[in-house]
Amino acid sequence: MIDTLRLTAEGAKDLLERGEVSGAELFAAYRAAIGERDEELHCYLHVCDDDGLEASAAKPPTLGRRTGAFGASGGDGIPIAVKDVIGTKGIPTTAGSRILEGYVPVYDATVVARLKEHGLRILGKTNTDEFAMGSSTENSAFGPSRNPWDPSRVPGGSGGGSAAAVSAGLAPWALGSDTGGSIKQPSALCGNVGLRPTYGTVSRFGVVAFASSLDQVGPVAKTVRDCAYLYSILAGRDPNDSTTVDLPHPVELPNGGDDLHGVRIGVPKELNESEGIEPGVAAAVAAAIETLEELGAEVAECSLPLSVEYGMPCYYLIAPAEASSNLARYDGVRYGYRAAAEERLEMYERTRDEGFGDEPKRRIMVGTYALSAGYYDAFYAQAQKVRTVIKREHDALFETFDALVSPTSPTVAFPLGARTADPIAMYLSDLLTIPSCMAGLPGLNVPCGFSEGLPVGLQLIGPQFSENKLFEIGHALEGVLGLDLVPERLR
Amino acid sequence: MAEIDREQLLKVAHLARLELREDEVERLEQQLNDILAAVSKVSELDLSDVPATSHPLEVVNVWDEDEPRPCLPVEEALANAPEREGGFFKVPPGGSA
Repeated sequence: MIDTLRLTAEGAKDLLERGEVSGAELFAAYRAAIGERDEELHCYLHVCDDDGLEASAAKPPTLGRRTGAFGASGGDGIPIAVKDVIGTKGIPTTAGSRILEGYVPVYDATVVARLKEHGLRILGKTNTDEFAMGSSTENSAFGPSRNPWDPSRVPGGSGGGSAAAVSAGLAPWALGSDTGGSIKQPSALCGNVGLRPTYGTVSRFGVVAFASSLDQVGPVAKTVRDCAYLYSILAGRDPNDSTTVDLPHPVELPNGGDDLHGVRIGVPKELNESEGIEPGVAAAVAAAIETLEELGAEVAECSLPLSVEYGMPCYYLIAPAEASSNLARYDGVRYGYRAAAEERLEMYERTRDEGFGDEPKRRIMVGTYALSAGYYDAFYAQAQKVRTVIKREHDALFETFDALVSPTSPTVAFPLGARTADPIAMYLSDLLTIPSCMAGLPGLNVPCGFSEGLPVGLQLIGPQFSENKLFEIGHALEGVLGLDLVPERLR
Repeated sequence: MAEIDREQLLKVAHLARLELREDEVERLEQQLNDILAAVSKVSELDLSDVPATSHPLEVVNVWDEDEPRPCLPVEEALANAPEREGGFFKVPPGGSA
């Protein structure tokens, strides 16, 4: 009997290596859990059938086999869920949008090719806000996912499907993508570990583009070690994405120790005392920070005076500007939805009106406006300068600190419908994750407690390429806290 | 502070090739003005001496060998075409776009 609610990827690997289960049995166990619980939770937009299993197990011949942190054999037969903004050959990929309904990629994203090289098997494609634009999955054209801790609440977004699937035992781990918080925020709201990697360490080739200078694919997992392992599979330069770089040092799996002496952790007051932070969230994070101190870390308050105040407006100019350009490709010509029309311009305009939902339209409009003649300097160019300010503020703190800590989300999971009427209220969900994304920094969500019976997560932010340090701190905290992260109602 | 009126909104929609329905135009006018009011905050800062950041990593040009490589076969490239004719994507005629 495989308990998918508790099995980690590392645990699955052990079972497979000892021959206690086969890859097919493991896959079937997750399929059964999906059959049992996904009707309520709607984590998946597409579940792979046995044919899909065959397709997903086929190893592509084009890339040399790489060695992940679990060793060369690591990964064989472990199932994984993939966010539906990531292209999968032969498996439908919609990005949560009607405009891509029925689209079946003819090639794999590099990250998917790397999963296959390691023998991972794709369980299915997980729900997302349309084009990853949102913080609750309520912008998915195919209906929202629900939080496994309380199905009347959202799982966060945009990668709510991946986070909810991992927490509900519908996948041992998953791929997410993060532009302004879409991995970390849902991981916080569902109670799992999510990494937004350093920009440029994971290929974007074959991933549906939202805001190219911000988009990063990353792992969602039950434990910090699983998260580090999956990152070791994903990271590294890809000739098909010229913005990627090789890691300066290999990924190290954190190894049990909980001694944090010599680790310097900064607590930016603007990220910890922002007025939107719920008291229960602030209390859980403050207690975890005390725990870090008890483990030997040097903890001190610090400040990001402009990053938090100007991060949101900066993000909501740059991301829509890049999105308006990236989404220009959906014109009904080569793939995806096409509206019936007598002439071409009519076809473009009608296809895009009928194919895109409200949020992509809002962002296309804001972005097109911000990039248009007469407004470019005041909006887009100015936002890029603000981005420099944000980067410099963070760089200065990393002269003193190894990592920064704060709540990941200002609130616990909120009820479905609570923020859908007000786009700006929804945007505030990412208030605390956006600044470090603008600076291209890695961030790790680690569950750190509960408020109102719902999970609370903290984010550890480090300088570029500091993932190993974040894993070390996160692993120490996770071990000492020993939280039971299986949703109470499913235990 | 920037404000967008109905005429500008329709112009931007045309630039973005979006044929908005009347109910969408009304809703968007309010929402876009709320969003623009929020993002206009960036103009409070005097950043005349600050360079722009367009990319978070300091990587410069990446050069590739100029060698032919296999690409998608025509049949695969056309596999998702809404409409095709022979080896081409087929679209309706005309239009100024």
